[in-house]
Amino acid sequence: MNGDRPALLKVSDVGKRFPGVIALDKVSLTVVRGEVHALLGENGAGKSTLLKILAGAQYQDSGTIEFDGKPLRHELPYERQRLGIATVYQEFTLMPNLSVAENIFIGREPVRGKFINWPTMLREAKKVTDKLDLRVEPLTPVYALSVAEQQMVEIARALTMNAKLIVLDEPTAALSDPEVEKLHQIVRDLKKQGIGIIYVTHRLGEVKQVCDRFTVLRDGKYVGDAEVADTSVDQIVRMMVGRDVNYLPGEPHQAGEVVARVESITRVKRLPGSQSVPLRGMNLEIRKGEILGLAGLMGAGRTEVVRVLFGADPFDSGKVYFEGREVTIKSPNEAIALGIALVPEDRKQQGLFLTQSIRQNLTLPSLAKLLMAYIFIDRRKESILIESFRTALHIHMANQEIIIGTLSGGNQQKVILARCMALKPKVLIVDEPTRGIDIGAKAEVHQLLRDLAKNGTAVVVISSELPEVIAHCDRIVTVKEGRVTGEMPAREATEEKLMKLMVLVPGEEHTHVKIPAT
Amino acid sequence: MAQTATEKAVEPEKKQTFEWIGFLQKFGVFMFLILLILFFTSQNPRFISIRNLFNILTDVSIYGVMAVGMTLVILTAGIDLSVGAILALCAMSGAAAVKGIGDTRSATPDPHKFWGFSWLVALLICVGLGALVGFIQGKVSSKFRIPPFIVTLGGMTVWRGATLLIGEGSPISGFDAGYTWWGNGSFFGAPVPVLVFFIVAVAGYIALRYTPYGRQVYAVGGNPEAARLCGLRVDRILTSVYAIMGFLAGLAGFMQSARLSSAESTAGLGFELTVIAAVVIGGTSLMGGIGGVAGTVVGTILIGVLLNGLVIMNVNPYYQQIIIGVIIVLAVGFDTYAKSRRGQR
Repeated sequence: MNGDRPALLKVSDVGKRFPGVIALDKVSLTVVRGEVHALLGENGAGKSTLLKILAGAQYQDSGTIEFDGKPLRHELPYERQRLGIATVYQEFTLMPNLSVAENIFIGREPVRGKFINWPTMLREAKKVTDKLDLRVEPLTPVYALSVAEQQMVEIARALTMNAKLIVLDEPTAALSDPEVEKLHQIVRDLKKQGIGIIYVTHRLGEVKQVCDRFTVLRDGKYVGDAEVADTSVDQIVRMMVGRDVNYLPGEPHQAGEVVARVESITRVKRLPGSQSVPLRGMNLEIRKGEILGLAGLMGAGRTEVVRVLFGADPFDSGKVYFEGREVTIKSPNEAIALGIALVPEDRKQQGLFLTQSIRQNLTLPSLAKLLMAYIFIDRRKESILIESFRTALHIHMANQEIIIGTLSGGNQQKVILARCMALKPKVLIVDEPTRGIDIGAKAEVHQLLRDLAKNGTAVVVISSELPEVIAHCDRIVTVKEGRVTGEMPAREATEEKLMKLMVLVPGEEHTHVKIPAT
Repeated sequence: MAQTATEKAVEPEKKQTFEWIGFLQKFGVFMFLILLILFFTSQNPRFISIRNLFNILTDVSIYGVMAVGMTLVILTAGIDLSVGAILALCAMSGAAAVKGIGDTRSATPDPHKFWGFSWLVALLICVGLGALVGFIQGKVSSKFRIPPFIVTLGGMTVWRGATLLIGEGSPISGFDAGYTWWGNGSFFGAPVPVLVFFIVAVAGYIALRYTPYGRQVYAVGGNPEAARLCGLRVDRILTSVYAIMGFLAGLAGFMQSARLSSAESTAGLGFELTVIAAVVIGGTSLMGGIGGVAGTVVGTILIGVLLNGLVIMNVNPYYQQIIIGVIIVLAVGFDTYAKSRRGQR
């Protein structure tokens, strides 16, 4: 082990609770100088909470953290930075309108008297970007950079802080293969300089490539740590998934004919102003009466492909079939007219009209069916419709005029589901149907989807939670980097099998998972 | 879904406490209007006379007609700075059609021209041209993703220039009685402009509250991306609100020329700010999605009451401007404060 080297960071028995949840329960983590330490775990395992605590954005309730031989107290984020802990977050924290140099030195600008010393700042910025092999001028505004280059700017910022510990939170989620290789080279260089690195990733292939040791968290608990070299990918996956889950075998279902099909959907360019990943020839078949699960990590292309089907985003090539005919769906309006409905991924940004009433939110797309005298909304019919969904979906609300922003997440999600169901769609796509809602509401949503499928709707569920996909879908398709990497009936799926298909780069060792034919 | 239709106990409702902030946000401007009327009446009892009240309403009816359109525009989180210029352009075009251009222009009104329906010709030209101009602005803004502020800021100058071209720099005056009735006449005792304002306001209120179109306007203003994913054709709705705005600015132009019996190239100068003020004082949020025509009517009348009351009290006109400006800032400031208070809970 690393007994001969003193620990740079020593997290001991750290606990953190939030109302109703224990986010971290006696978690320990030790990082030594010049080590790349992978922090692994499923979504919701507690990785983000731990990183926030290290950065000083939150504080632990119990346990101690020692850094560089001294115990950490409740320093503010900038004080932690001065101590030498730099965090590169998954969601970038750059100011897009400012230049590369300004972003690197934000809050720490070299000054001459009261004024920014521009020559020094530009020179220093140039020095650090050269070191990272980042070929951009220091005065370039950040919005003009690619995602990979922005990531490099973040890292440059960490370097100029003279950090002793750099935390990289899923640094490769948005990068292409050559960019990943470049990043790994930088990580190796940093390591040589004796900097400790915490490397959070979902890609186990990368753990093998750049990391020395790893620590696994599961459900907020410390599971174990080991040398990467001594451990196989299979063992790591087992540690991450851990529990023996006994899923009820999916109820036997009658998968009907194919309602919708997408074929070789390809999109090379990133859409303006979004983090969408390229699609590299996606194929999907959506069948009547079946719940299809789309499993994949964030940025794998699962949301992107359904948005193409829904007409929300454009694509370069490929075909879309609906009920046997080839169709071109150019807008959500056309998709809804065909009979496709979407519950979007981000409830607040894409789903809700937060300042408006439940009534306005629930019936908006189906108003055409609620008319009287051709042009007026029949409020009586509308109220009856809303009331029927309130009882069917157990939506808790005092009345129909309540502003939807005041409801709980679960109730908001049910209103959106009701909105889609009111359209009586042939295909219902739900993206992260249970994100951020409590367990009771989750079960209700699952039951609802099952009932819809029984009644002949084709349901597509996208979820980051593997147990959810396995327990509540009929057929599962795994997606990675814009491609379909596997397909199996849910009865035969295990978290290990799916996780492998989701994390391993095709062509790497361990990827040849045999999927039994059915 | 029928399978899950078992009734579950409804969550115990939170104790209803009287929400001062909510109440004031909804009725605050209205209460303020009542207080103002009481105050001005106490200073001069003639203020409350029917005659004076009709004067106030007539004075603001042209603003009011436009403010209804501006409510739609602002509900979509947009703005239209060109309404004053559109008003002038439409009035001038209507007048030119009725009276002729250049040498063919007749000096005195000819009551038999267009078989006595010259007002109708002017009216149709005004609203048609206004709607067209608004449509163009809306289309340019939504299609090329140019902020409406910029498009209509440009439009403000373009349409004003076009007005000068058509009128050749001078006013066109003198209309027949059928025409000027729309500005100065009365119908069953009520001034015609006030009736027009009333009809437009009621139509706007019903459209926003009781038609799918109204819901869609709120939706587009509240969250354009969610609206798109609900199948709304967001670009069309955005274009349409500017077309409606243009239509109403054209109507206002017709009313103005009828009232003054003259179309001038400087007509409607600065009206856009008064109209926007009326909408904002009435509680419609510049961020879109919140507000409505009822508030706008109150806001419009409030401006009229202030102007009229300050004149009756012989307040120095310079002070009048200061007072109105302060009230606009207070109204919006209160609106923001009330929302932040509600958001905290």
